[in-house]
Amino acid sequence: MIECLRDLWGYMKERKKFWLLPVFIVLILLGSLLVFAEGSALSPFIYVLF
Amino acid sequence: MNILGLSAFYHDSAAALIQDGVIVAAAQEERFSRKKFDPNMPLRSIQFCLEKSKLQIQDIEALVFYDKPLIKFERLLETYFSFSPRGLKSFIKSMPIWLKQKLFLKNLIRKQLSEKFKLDIDDLPQLCFAEHHESHAASAYYPSPYDNAAVLCLDGVGEWATTSAWLGQGNKLAPLWEIDFPHSLGLLYSAFTYYAGFSVNSGEYKLMGLAPYGEPKYVSTILDNLIDLKDDGSFRLNMKYFDFATGLKMTNNKFGRLFGMRKRDPESDFSQVYMDVAASIQRVTEEIVLRLAHTLYDQTKSANLCMAGGVALNCVANGKLLREGPFRNIWIQPAAGDSGGAIGAALQYWHFYKEKERKANPVDGMNGSYLGPDYSDDEIELYLDSIKAPYEKFSTKTKLDEQAFYRYVANLLSQQKVVGWFQGRMEFGPRALGNRSILGDPRGQDTQTLVNLKIKFRESFRPFAPSVLESRARDYFDLPKPSPYMLLVAEIHDSQKVELKESENKHTGIDKLKVVRSTIPAVTHVDCSARVQTVNEKSNEKYYKLIKAFEQQTACPVILNTSFNVRGEPIVCSPLDAYQCFMRTRIDYLVLGNYVLDKREQPDWQEEGDWRDEFELD
Repeated sequence: MIECLRDLWGYMKERKKFWLLPVFIVLILLGSLLVFAEGSALSPFIYVLF
Repeated sequence: MNILGLSAFYHDSAAALIQDGVIVAAAQEERFSRKKFDPNMPLRSIQFCLEKSKLQIQDIEALVFYDKPLIKFERLLETYFSFSPRGLKSFIKSMPIWLKQKLFLKNLIRKQLSEKFKLDIDDLPQLCFAEHHESHAASAYYPSPYDNAAVLCLDGVGEWATTSAWLGQGNKLAPLWEIDFPHSLGLLYSAFTYYAGFSVNSGEYKLMGLAPYGEPKYVSTILDNLIDLKDDGSFRLNMKYFDFATGLKMTNNKFGRLFGMRKRDPESDFSQVYMDVAASIQRVTEEIVLRLAHTLYDQTKSANLCMAGGVALNCVANGKLLREGPFRNIWIQPAAGDSGGAIGAALQYWHFYKEKERKANPVDGMNGSYLGPDYSDDEIELYLDSIKAPYEKFSTKTKLDEQAFYRYVANLLSQQKVVGWFQGRMEFGPRALGNRSILGDPRGQDTQTLVNLKIKFRESFRPFAPSVLESRARDYFDLPKPSPYMLLVAEIHDSQKVELKESENKHTGIDKLKVVRSTIPAVTHVDCSARVQTVNEKSNEKYYKLIKAFEQQTACPVILNTSFNVRGEPIVCSPLDAYQCFMRTRIDYLVLGNYVLDKREQPDWQEEGDWRDEFELD
């Protein structure tokens, strides 16, 4: 997890995308709720864009 | 130095091994797992690459993944952000996958490798990441036979880029420009694939094959409503008609209304509208590719073009580009889809990161795309004996023995028998190029229908490809250059065409299939075109000799070649896969190395349940 956060920070620095930080935080928090709520990580999408 | 390239977690996982800049092994995971487009970590492919080169995982200097997950995540979030509140449903579906798996890809890859090779995570090779289109561009340029080339990559989407242009010079690959998501030629084509009732990501070939049955009546409808195409080939999609950026489908109801017909249900009959729509989007795609190529040529003035990305598998557009485009030479990566990204990622590490020199191979660096596993005669015999399958063993030790073997198989083909042909190393990429192929006589009038319906169990409208001796290709096809990877479509040469009766010219839609248009009808599509593979002695000696023997017996230097599998099944990899496919279908003979098996002599084949349930229809 720490490595992932470090990578995220490195990525934001490299691509100068600091404005994404609040978006990341909100979406990750929201997404975490979904993870706990759903419990499945199976890809649902017909085309694997994501 | 050994570098392992990896493509995984989206579709078509693969691994490729580069030794001192030379591609020595590559394979797609689906061939081992027998699950088409297997997206899982390609552990079996990695194992194969290592075993083939007698290496351990510790001997690898770097593992290079073919795209950058964090930038992909950025695209995902920015897309939701910019389209909000639309896309909430898709967000709810996709976020768990990211937060549980894809955001931690680095750890996931290391963990799986550590478990597989029973090695501490710290002892694994370093893990690097190349960008998706960078991997495509590298897979197109570095193995190409050119010292310098313009490079065009076209696909659905990677991180952001959907279309990108590059300039390759020596060992340098410089980015020129790109078009970003959601504006994507690949996704536009996939949207039409979806609308025509085919599976996205695998049905694009079918849409291309369906196009000649229709008339391009909707070209202006597409250009006026769906895509804003500029003179330089750049484009923007009108997202009012598409659902893929925020929803769970490719197109919405507005899209259907535009063509006056709702989306076709999979496996239902085709109405003429879908064929006309297919013809129209094919025409638009060709126009976009041609315009982009002209722009790229004006910028680079290179005589050579290299291509990769899923759209580069559109061999009809490629053929047109070769005939009408500005480039003198075109080389297309045979594994142009995401599996080829594994090769590109590893080569990019070697040439860009390690700054190693590049000397273009005058043929190309793909070894004919024969980069997969092979099986010795001993292994084949051991397997056949273990299942008590009767066979005839041919010797190829002397020239006379060899001639007898090829004459025998060629004679079977000339008697309209269908032969499963399994030789040497398996192909890397979506095409069977004469090592894992089902072969037939192209002169047979019923061969196409028989192979489609009774052997491949696929739609009757789908065409088959010819393999032709390179030296005789111009007698049969209007093909200005060799096409070793079956990635160029050419018209049948006038001398081989059959004059049609007036009534035959009036056929429309699927009825066009009933008409014999050339001396090789089984490989002639309804618009008198063919997706040609040219074969020479250096590229595939055994296959060449077989076609040569067929030519000696029949005066026809062309053989029908289709991949050795049934619909929904990955191409066969091992003798076991080949024997199973042979016994499940109406293939008459199986040739495994020097062993020939006659279906009539085989023991009864029994399986529990219907084996077709094993493979999801594509």
